[in-house]
Amino acid sequence: MKAHVIVFPGSNCDRDVAVSLGEAMGRPPEMLWHGETEIPETDLIVLPGGFSYGDYLRCGAIAAKSPIMRDVVKKAEAGTRVLGICNGFQVLTEAGLLPGVLMQNASLKYICRDVMIRVERTDTAFAGKYGNGGVLRIPIAHHEGNYNADDDTLDRLEGDGRVAFRYCTADGDPSAEANPNGSARNIAGIYNEAGTVLGLMPHPERLADPELGGTDGSPMFTSLVEALQ
Amino acid sequence: MKAKIRVTLKSGVLDPQGKAIENALGSLGFSGVSDVRQGKYLEVDLDTSDEAEARTTVEAMCQKLLANTVIENYDIELDPA
Repeated sequence: MKAHVIVFPGSNCDRDVAVSLGEAMGRPPEMLWHGETEIPETDLIVLPGGFSYGDYLRCGAIAAKSPIMRDVVKKAEAGTRVLGICNGFQVLTEAGLLPGVLMQNASLKYICRDVMIRVERTDTAFAGKYGNGGVLRIPIAHHEGNYNADDDTLDRLEGDGRVAFRYCTADGDPSAEANPNGSARNIAGIYNEAGTVLGLMPHPERLADPELGGTDGSPMFTSLVEALQ
Repeated sequence: MKAKIRVTLKSGVLDPQGKAIENALGSLGFSGVSDVRQGKYLEVDLDTSDEAEARTTVEAMCQKLLANTVIENYDIELDPA
């Protein structure tokens, strides 16, 4: 399996995700600067978390127009798996690879803490190792994670089973109290139509090693390795 | 030609910053204030004096980058000065 992590100016989770993914792969993924115009042959492209371009204009808006993104869009449309975490999710929506938008948190506060999310689907390359689904503890760290789209889009996402993860209580109840940022229908992550592009606000790479206090994020990386090797 | 562009949230889109400003205005004693909305204002100098061309260009800029049309509207004003 070949994997590439795109590095934008202001990315700050690129090395974390490279470590977690590298652990699962048995060797580190390639890092690619956003100014490149072509991604070598690859099975997985990761858009990491961070503050690309200082969040200028809108989070992810300028990164979505950087040179490398033309090839990311092209490869994504051809079926290459793309994983966007946090700022990477924002970039994916701004690039038009995922619908909707990530607005400022309803509380207006930057939120950095562990949350519970429910796995809504396990039949994708990203989630196969989550078995029967269940509830994960994964950290969030964002100021603009309030997922929104018009009602038609939200209904379509739900109807097509494209909601990947939902904020929930420890028992798996996607209640209003368990929603940290105001996201519509407690959505924490979504897939594209083909289930080959995933964007999520929580950071699986931050809880993917016992030394970090948890491993609920690890199965995402081992799932990808198993599916794409 | 100078283009003056206002980018605002579409009506119906929750604007938590606008809400916070509204509350602050209320606590300062400004009564009768409602529906405060916050937006962006951009100025772009263009190397053309042709208004139609300028409008087409700025329209494309708004569609491609300056506004996220999922949640934002934009309004373009051209100033020949």
